[in-house]
Amino acid sequence: MVGTSHVAEPGASGVQAHPAEQFTAPLRRFREALASSRPEGHTRQGAPAPLFDKAERLLSAAAGSMLALAGLRRRDVPGTLLAGFGAALIYRGASGRVPLSRALGYSTAGHSPDALADRSAHRGAELGVHVRQSLLINKSPEELYDFWRNFENLPQVMSHLKSVRRLDERRSHWVASAPAIAGGAVEWDAEITDDEPNSRISWRTVEGADVAHRGSVCFQRALGDRGTAVRIELHYQPPAGAMGRWFAKLFGEEPQQQIREDLRNFKRRMEIGEVISLEGQPRGSCHGRGKRA
Amino acid sequence: MKAVVWCAPYKVAVEEVPDAKIINRRDAVVRVTSTAICGSDLHLVDGFIPFMKAGDVIGHEPMGIVEELGPGVDQSKVKVGDRVVVPFPLGCGECFFCRRQLWSCCDNTNPKPRLAEELFGQSTAGILGYSHLTGGFAGGQAQFLRVPLADVNLQKMPEDLTDHQALFLSDIFPTGYMAAEACDIQPDDTVAVWGCGPVGQFTIRSAQLLGAGRVVAIDDEQRVPERMEMARRAGALVIDMHDQYVHDRLLDITGGLGPDVCIDAVGMEAHGYTALTAAYDKIKTNLFMETERPHALRQAIECCRKGGTVSIPGVYGGFSDKFPLGALMNKGLTIKTGQTHVHRYIGELLGHIRAGRIDPSFVVTHRMPLTQAPQAYEMFREKQDGCIKVVLDPAR
Ligand SMILES: NC(=O)c1ccc[n+]([C@@H]2O[C@H](COP(=O)([O-])OP(=O)(O)OC[C@H]3O[C@@H](n4cnc5c(N)ncnc54)[C@H](O)[C@@H]3O)[C@@H](O)[C@H]2O)c1
Ligand SMILES: [Zn+2]
Ligand SMILES: [Zn+2]
Repeated sequence: MVGTSHVAEPGASGVQAHPAEQFTAPLRRFREALASSRPEGHTRQGAPAPLFDKAERLLSAAAGSMLALAGLRRRDVPGTLLAGFGAALIYRGASGRVPLSRALGYSTAGHSPDALADRSAHRGAELGVHVRQSLLINKSPEELYDFWRNFENLPQVMSHLKSVRRLDERRSHWVASAPAIAGGAVEWDAEITDDEPNSRISWRTVEGADVAHRGSVCFQRALGDRGTAVRIELHYQPPAGAMGRWFAKLFGEEPQQQIREDLRNFKRRMEIGEVISLEGQPRGSCHGRGKRA
Repeated sequence: MKAVVWCAPYKVAVEEVPDAKIINRRDAVVRVTSTAICGSDLHLVDGFIPFMKAGDVIGHEPMGIVEELGPGVDQSKVKVGDRVVVPFPLGCGECFFCRRQLWSCCDNTNPKPRLAEELFGQSTAGILGYSHLTGGFAGGQAQFLRVPLADVNLQKMPEDLTDHQALFLSDIFPTGYMAAEACDIQPDDTVAVWGCGPVGQFTIRSAQLLGAGRVVAIDDEQRVPERMEMARRAGALVIDMHDQYVHDRLLDITGGLGPDVCIDAVGMEAHGYTALTAAYDKIKTNLFMETERPHALRQAIECCRKGGTVSIPGVYGGFSDKFPLGALMNKGLTIKTGQTHVHRYIGELLGHIRAGRIDPSFVVTHRMPLTQAPQAYEMFREKQDGCIKVVLDPAR
């Protein structure tokens, strides 16, 4: 990532209070008004509920405020525009239209599409962190299952996995990268708890894992010629200490994003055979700061 | 190699940068022979798309010769030495969207989809040289260009077409064509086109190719008389946007109905002199409360006949204000829009070119060395020297 001026990634954390309250206050009131006018707990059959986590709404609003304030402080044109987009994000935060929040924080329910819609009922049933993400992949359940069932393939699509080694039919040894503070790597043994060919694989870590968790992936043929809906679910207890801090960094703030990105890489790998990279493409230096156009 | 680099709003530079190279197995490197500047590039230069980083190589309307292919490219589709046009949106050919010919909505070609998911709810395709919102790919205003998924994206061109005849298949010809085609134009339809820039010019001609009864074009007679003249030469009736009564004139021409099809080929930087809302937008965008100035679009919606179609090839990036939803809903209008699904139209439009029904080179007013890109941008932006479309030559 290139850490220069004009891109502020929404969702970035580390938001602090800022004296420019007079700017944010009206927007906050607007946000609150919007939030209170929306009926709670409304769900629609067969579609994700239009409710989004308050926390995430705040996150988006906060990112928006960051952008807006960063823009406000800079009186130049890009600053102004940054602020404009910031305001837009605050709006999104206010309105709850935050797509990444789609599935955060509810536990595993059934596996029918309709069960997906029913999220609020299962919320908070278990402690810990739950992650669920789905994507449509244009391949048959058989092809997708085959790739996944061979866990040794997973480091190809999961950016934080270093290796997976098969121990026997049901057990495998996983190594994920971690920063030096957490020992450079975390490892665990996992065992398959449920294996329905071409449909579903569940696993959980065995005693002594650095990060205890359980997860499942399920493959469901989509309507018509749409391929297969793939859903990943993970449930884990965030560990304590330095490891916990790292883990929070990796998964805690944006577990949805991490899993979503992995699932997206799986889709890219299966549909187009590769994950398009930008590494090594040409960039300029702007030493002369450019000429006025 | 030499490339055009975005440094800050209003600042672009021509720099010596590392050569474009194969990164993924299905990549190609194209030696660029012609590369155009687009109205969309002005949105970047004017800072209306703030997802840029200093040093980004820009440009999304290139063509050239295939110089090198990655080991995973299907060679039955493209070979080293082929002469190709590069569509500005990158498709994959495999996802839900590409299989439905919605190439600019491809699910697999934006390597950084998160920003767009935040802003739009879902991410769209990667676009070459067009900000980090659409992937952060290095662009085609350069001597060499890397193109991912080359066997799907590169479009082979016949040798007997000149660069200027083939080049605009990369973007503006399909863009004008899609804008018109989406409206199901009938022989007794009046089609009104806002904006006589390059996209507007192709929209006017596409509406005619598709059998429109009459085409009316709206732009600024004082600022861009040459564009008005080019529209007139195509057979369009032109209206000066300074005319306070654009709406009345359009109704008058159509016997009080309003145009059946209204096309906004202006986009997010529309200007206006008479309408109060134009001033309102300017203030709001400067006060960062709005990201667009949809003046032309508002007017299109207000003028469109009841039950008609409003098509929006003009680019918008964020959120707008005072949008005439009431008119849109109550008049029962249909909206058609999108970044162009370029791949879908290549064959059909090549057919029109080869049959002599259109010669896309009409739009070129300037060909300049790539090294003069900053001057070229300024000229195109300020509409100096009768500039309508500039093509840059990377070999010079
Ligand atoms: N949908 C797509 O895929 C796609 C592709 C290419 C370009 N575009 C967009 O199309 C738009 C036009 O591109 P271009 O290259 O022709 O740009 P351009 O800047 O050369 O042309 C815009 C024209 O609109 C005129 N204009 C401004 N305000 C107006 C108003 N209120 N009423 C009437 N005319 C007005 C200007 O005088 C100018 O002639 C841009 O927004 C560009 O980003 C979209
Ligand atoms: Zn363009
Ligand atoms: Zn695709």
